[in-house]
Amino acid sequence: MIKKRLFNTFNWIILCGSTLTVCMFLGVILWDIFSKGFSSVSWDFVTLFPTDGMTKGGILPAIVGTVILTFITTLFSVPFGVACAIYLNEYARPSVLTNIIRASIRNLAGIPSIIYGLFGLALFVQALHLGTSVLSAGLTLGLLSLPYIITTTEEALKRIPNSLREATLALGVTQVETIKDVVLPKALPGILTGVILTLSRAAGETAPILFTGVAFYINGVSASLNQEFMALPYHLYMLSTQHNAIEQVRPLAYGTATVLILLVFSLNIVAFYVRFKNRTQD
Amino acid sequence: METIKLRAENLDLYFGKKQILKNVNINFPANQVTSLIGPSGCGKSTLLRTFNRMHDLIPEAKIDGKLFLDDLDLYDKKNSVTAIRKRIGMVFQKPNPLPKSIYDNLSYALKIHNYPVQQIPELIENALKESFLWDEVKEELKKPAVKLSGGQQQRLCIARTTVIRPEVILMDEPCSALDPISTKKIEELILKLKKDFTIVIVTHNMQQAQRISDKVAFMYLGELIEFDTCDAIFHHPKNELTHRYIGGHFG
Repeated sequence: MIKKRLFNTFNWIILCGSTLTVCMFLGVILWDIFSKGFSSVSWDFVTLFPTDGMTKGGILPAIVGTVILTFITTLFSVPFGVACAIYLNEYARPSVLTNIIRASIRNLAGIPSIIYGLFGLALFVQALHLGTSVLSAGLTLGLLSLPYIITTTEEALKRIPNSLREATLALGVTQVETIKDVVLPKALPGILTGVILTLSRAAGETAPILFTGVAFYINGVSASLNQEFMALPYHLYMLSTQHNAIEQVRPLAYGTATVLILLVFSLNIVAFYVRFKNRTQD
Repeated sequence: METIKLRAENLDLYFGKKQILKNVNINFPANQVTSLIGPSGCGKSTLLRTFNRMHDLIPEAKIDGKLFLDDLDLYDKKNSVTAIRKRIGMVFQKPNPLPKSIYDNLSYALKIHNYPVQQIPELIENALKESFLWDEVKEELKKPAVKLSGGQQQRLCIARTTVIRPEVILMDEPCSALDPISTKKIEELILKLKKDFTIVIVTHNMQQAQRISDKVAFMYLGELIEFDTCDAIFHHPKNELTHRYIGGHFG
């Protein structure tokens, strides 16, 4: 009896301890970045251009670059990804071929992001002559995001019970109308959550944009899709490892990290809100 | 002489290699309630679902034989499946209201089938009255349908089926998820609806079959064993299997 109780307590300590350790790491990282970064984040920091060889001024072009980049990624990956998931879940009949397609998509999600960078360089920059540009980089990130969007969308569609599809089909409603009017609206919160989490991950990627269009410094905010651009993760990388006055720009690097984390956090909070709202609805 | 609304001729149905229905021949008379009874797995629901082609979505389902609604060949490639399903509605075992308001649950199919907009409110009111639901929901038509009780949801699903005026209503154990009072209401509703519709209902409840049916079909292991009037099946069954089943000896 006592032995059993001791064993249970021991188990509890192991499990609870693991959870606490994980949370502690997260806490330490956030504390480190926020405590050192918040002092450099100011209104000027997010609205001004960098000056004096990056040692002064703000990071406006990097913020704008990341926003435009994420926008292009969204435009490319969401329609294709959602359409692909609809096909796989609603139309494709189970066969060896569809299983191979599904397995390939899952495997694509496991490919290191630097490989996507190289692929983007070969396909968009060179073969399609898009050059190193925000368009090439956005499309590359789109490719990277596709498998995640397809998988999460398919999961969201799978959670819709078949009885709901049968309900409208039995009324003489076509399959397309059923998907458009019943299945998609019901799955929308799940799809949006997946999309937002994927995009927040893509927004923080450095490797895929390294070869395809990001630049250390751009004079002015570029509005054109075929020009190079600045992005927050790459800016952070440059400030913290490649700059010739590393000690001097360290506060700026921490400030950049803070802004990037806040950006990604706000996307996550939107996803959280969407999920929460859906849960309280039914 | 009664008119035959729905019929199956030499119907065989396979899921993959497994034969579910074996040479079923059956005629469902118009404006009557026909119950399909038999032990679980005997093919009642499968037979029911062949009539509005619900097996179309199952790739391994294979159907041989002919099915007719009046003289319309249901599996003729020329005939549109949506037109067939508009004429043969279905109510399912578990209430499955659409994730929309009570009103939109009924208006949806009307809009899809291009009913004139100005007629829609009246059609909806009539269908809800017909299903004994109007008095309970008339104040809150904008409320999400999933907020209704199980019995109300099922009556809403019946109203959703009747609002587009099909000719046949297939019911797959419509009361199995409901309490006795809701069940009673649905049974009253079924008896009322047979004036306007031909009703085929699958049920596991022998008392229910006796209360509502004009005709009863007993199925066993994919075969139609006996098909006769309700009175004959329950009081003078010809087949030994039927006798034992309704006597509760197996099931």
